[in-house]
Amino acid sequence: MARGSAVRRGHPVRTEQIILFRCSNQIFAISSASVQEVRSVDSLAGAACEVNESTISKVRHALRRGDRSIYVVNTALHFGLKPSPPALIFLLRKSRVALLIDGIEKMTTMTRLQVLPASLCHEERSWYRGLTVLEQNVLPVVSPEGFLTSEELTFLDATTGAQFNTDANMDSEMRVTP
Amino acid sequence: MSWNEQADSRSCVLLRLGERRFALAADQVAELVAPSRIFRFPHRTPEIDGVILRRGRTVPVCDLAEKLTGKRLTSRRFYLIAMRLYDSVKETVALPVSGECELIHADLTPAGPSDSPHVAAWLSHDGEVIEVLNLAALTPGIDPATGIANGEPVPEARA
Repeated sequence: MARGSAVRRGHPVRTEQIILFRCSNQIFAISSASVQEVRSVDSLAGAACEVNESTISKVRHALRRGDRSIYVVNTALHFGLKPSPPALIFLLRKSRVALLIDGIEKMTTMTRLQVLPASLCHEERSWYRGLTVLEQNVLPVVSPEGFLTSEELTFLDATTGAQFNTDANMDSEMRVTP
Repeated sequence: MSWNEQADSRSCVLLRLGERRFALAADQVAELVAPSRIFRFPHRTPEIDGVILRRGRTVPVCDLAEKLTGKRLTSRRFYLIAMRLYDSVKETVALPVSGECELIHADLTPAGPSDSPHVAAWLSHDGEVIEVLNLAALTPGIDPATGIANGEPVPEARA
């Protein structure tokens, strides 16, 4: 969390830059420090490998970055929302997850992150870091770690690793074919 | 809330859910407020409708009517803001009610082993026998003993 310059009662107010993004008519917030890159979905064409694993239906594409696979999560499906045509991809920093989203609303600053009420006691506890209040609206602040569990990543690696290797072999074979 | 084996005289708040009246121990009630905007976001806890804002704090809204009467409330006249204990932490929860609430003083009869877990005690008022509610059994939360959430999550997220 970045320290802001605002001062209240002699104490610096902790602030955090956030991006408000839209997904299936719902607004979410994410720390801007968690987002490394914002791309258009068009950039997926040709760069992404299709993931045909039905167990994790929210992941349909993977990107290859060096020797790592980055999995593209359909954010609407992750949150159980009606799927809508995504326009942008968030590549998350220090993560193997990218998010398909409908669009960015704005960038702003939050000064307070409220803990998720204890009565919300299911998967949402891993989905969100908490709630924030902006202009009399309550927004959930997503947790970048909550989109894919380590088990899901391992499972996807096992599924797509072979696929990437096959593609790489095919590429090398194609290079030696006149 | 601890209940003695003997009948105990306590202050309670009577609340109305549709045609029925229930009671909550007065020391569990913070305030009665007019309905305000509910903010909804995806989650998988079916008992929670969303959250309201009270003095800058988010308060989850938990409709007890369906569990207690079998019907959802068609009109919400007020939110009874109650205190629910989670382990050692108190948290507020907004309970939609369909009528005015009344503060009474009554003798309570502790719940018996055959009573539902949501019944903390019984009281008699105006010729009516009324359940005194056990909020911990009615509202969702993580059981501190097991670390497991009570109630089943909904497969589709609510938003």
